[in-house]
Amino acid sequence: MPIPEITESFAGKVNRLTLGATIEQGGTRTSTVTVGGAENVVYGGSTEDSGHKPVIAMDVLDSRPDDWPDVLAENYKDVMESPADWGKKCVDEFGAELICVKFDGIHPDKGNKDAEHAVKVTQDVLQAVGVPLILWGCDDDEKDNEVMPKVSEAAKGENVLLGTVTEDNYKSLTAIALADKHNLITEAPVDINISKQVNILVSDMGFPLERVISFQATGALGYGMEYSYSIQERQRLAALSGDKMMAMPVICDVGYETWRVKEARQQDAAGWGSAEKRGPIWEAVGAICLLQSGADIIRMRHPKAVEIVKNFIDNVWQ
Amino acid sequence: MALSGLEIFKLLPKTNCKECGKPTCLAFAMQLAQKKAKLEDCPHVSEDAKEKLAAAAAPPMQLVKFGNGDNEVQVGRETVLFRHEEKFYNPTVLTVTVSDKLSGEELNKRIEKINSLEFERVGQQIKVNAIAVVNESGSSEKFAAAAQSVKQGSELAMILCSDSPEAIEAAVSKTSDRVPLIASAKEDTAEQMAKISKDNKCPLVVKAPSIEALSQLSEKVKSGGVENLVLTLEDKSPRESLYNSTRMRVLSLRKVFRPLGYPTISFIQGDESEQVAAAASLICKYSNIVVVDAAEPEVILPLLTVVMNIFTDPQKPVQVEPKLYSVGEPDENSPLMFTTNFSLTYYTVESDVESSRVASYILVVDTEGTSVLTAYSGDKLNEKVVADAIKKSNVEEHIKHRKLIIPGYVAVMSGKLEETTGWEVMVGPRESATIPKYLKEVWQ
Repeated sequence: MPIPEITESFAGKVNRLTLGATIEQGGTRTSTVTVGGAENVVYGGSTEDSGHKPVIAMDVLDSRPDDWPDVLAENYKDVMESPADWGKKCVDEFGAELICVKFDGIHPDKGNKDAEHAVKVTQDVLQAVGVPLILWGCDDDEKDNEVMPKVSEAAKGENVLLGTVTEDNYKSLTAIALADKHNLITEAPVDINISKQVNILVSDMGFPLERVISFQATGALGYGMEYSYSIQERQRLAALSGDKMMAMPVICDVGYETWRVKEARQQDAAGWGSAEKRGPIWEAVGAICLLQSGADIIRMRHPKAVEIVKNFIDNVWQ
Repeated sequence: MALSGLEIFKLLPKTNCKECGKPTCLAFAMQLAQKKAKLEDCPHVSEDAKEKLAAAAAPPMQLVKFGNGDNEVQVGRETVLFRHEEKFYNPTVLTVTVSDKLSGEELNKRIEKINSLEFERVGQQIKVNAIAVVNESGSSEKFAAAAQSVKQGSELAMILCSDSPEAIEAAVSKTSDRVPLIASAKEDTAEQMAKISKDNKCPLVVKAPSIEALSQLSEKVKSGGVENLVLTLEDKSPRESLYNSTRMRVLSLRKVFRPLGYPTISFIQGDESEQVAAAASLICKYSNIVVVDAAEPEVILPLLTVVMNIFTDPQKPVQVEPKLYSVGEPDENSPLMFTTNFSLTYYTVESDVESSRVASYILVVDTEGTSVLTAYSGDKLNEKVVADAIKKSNVEEHIKHRKLIIPGYVAVMSGKLEETTGWEVMVGPRESATIPKYLKEVWQ
């Protein structure tokens, strides 16, 4: 019996987006990263349809985190006071192709640092590493609106990825990202309709959809991962069906979500095996699952987890 | 794949004789498609049409069972490519290998270790549910002896892995009452393996180098009378495994290509990290049985969690019973907080309360399995629902104080809640992870 042919033709595909700008392009990056471009569902069709390789963005915090478990913190203990050294370590030692500076320290409850601090961190990291940057606020609307525009300005010309804008708070960051020619992360709380709505809102402000990345909110493995998984699958199908408002590449935040769950954090847990290995494996497995549903950028934290996922990506994507 | 009403209509006599009780053949066809009528109601339908309709009605993917008693497992009969389209039905059977090179104490230790791979997560037991005995020694006697030891040392379902029909014969003769899955029949051993499978009523894995060869082989074995088949492709790279697995799932479900309409098994290769990665991805991407060498809990627990997550019914939020729960040994002065009966919400709160080491009561209110914010915006969580839960749970008999800690996200309901219940409302943290800090610093 001959094998039937699978003929699926899709009206649309995932947008292609490049982060970072080299000297010739008006920035100072020594490398750029291109994501997106998938023309089928994950592993659907041929390997050529899969678009660009997914990329891991390693997290660098603007201020020393005080709640990281030892298993995670020990990898960065020599650089935690200096985001520049931290970023450099991620690139030089752990092979990061993309760095996500997370401005936790500006949050009113977590240090309440000012714009001056955030701008300095941005400049320092830009100077220390040649890879493109993601600059991610603290998720306090008021503080983000006050600080992130200045961060954006400090990175002008570098073609960074700025985040995040939400349905309730998108105007100031969208305007500044437009002015400084950066890219933008639109965030929704695991709700595909809101996700589309935010994209419509920023698009209405004149922001080009080709410069948007979607963040559907991420659940850690065992803590709602499957919700993010299915939303991402639905987004990919919407993109392929030709829905321009859903055709953006997708970013996940596996690092932060993983390292607040007990399976990753807890040291002494009877029957759960080595704590040293458990956390990194929990993070790696969460990331690998979300890659199956169509993720283009994954924020991660533990170098061992990064290594496992990077190997997987290199083995599976061309 | 089920036929549409119109497709069924084409196979009917189109006489509109009304003898089926429906006004027209088309109406009857529509009812058939919705499974509201039976084909037998039509007295004039041709034999040919009957056959076609029956074939179309058969599920596109076979259900295969192995193991016996409480430890019988079943795989296959999936219906969709994406879990949101319906759901995935039969959770991936995570299997750990035992080499027949081991013997005596070493072998028993390995079996014990696999038996112990059982965990409780969000109120459910999850575990490794099969052991694969692998014929690495090359000897039939050693293989049979190892299979017998596994049978004695474990209740779990068994998979017997050898390319040699002699070795399989020897091992099956010791274990057939446990209905092991036989792995694997290849082109050159298909006849002998099929015979062992048939004689002992054990399901059979067929293995080939390509999808084309695999579908020919499965047809051949099936025509020899073995219907309970599981498919696998010979040693592939992770990339080939994932693309092939996806293509096979599309062919079996979307194209109803019967030669591939069986569950699949993956034997995962590589070092521990590679195995973790390959296993996690193949659980997501359609492998019904995943066999790994790693037996460490820190590897198995996350993989079992993947199975649990991916096979959760997306249309039905997992719920806990709405009632009063104790964490630790709370007394009449212990804190009381409420949350919703969405399982994920409850177990996150429970685990954070537990880690605070402050004995507490958690009052679970019925929000039809939705999270705090979803429930509040859908009016499934309001002051009446909470007041109701307080009453039903008799919590007033358990505690002396009248202070209720509420989720930070619904701080806005404080006023009305105080009015309705007469309790003092304390606004707790928004994030469950901050509960320990809150209980230590704010409560009292």
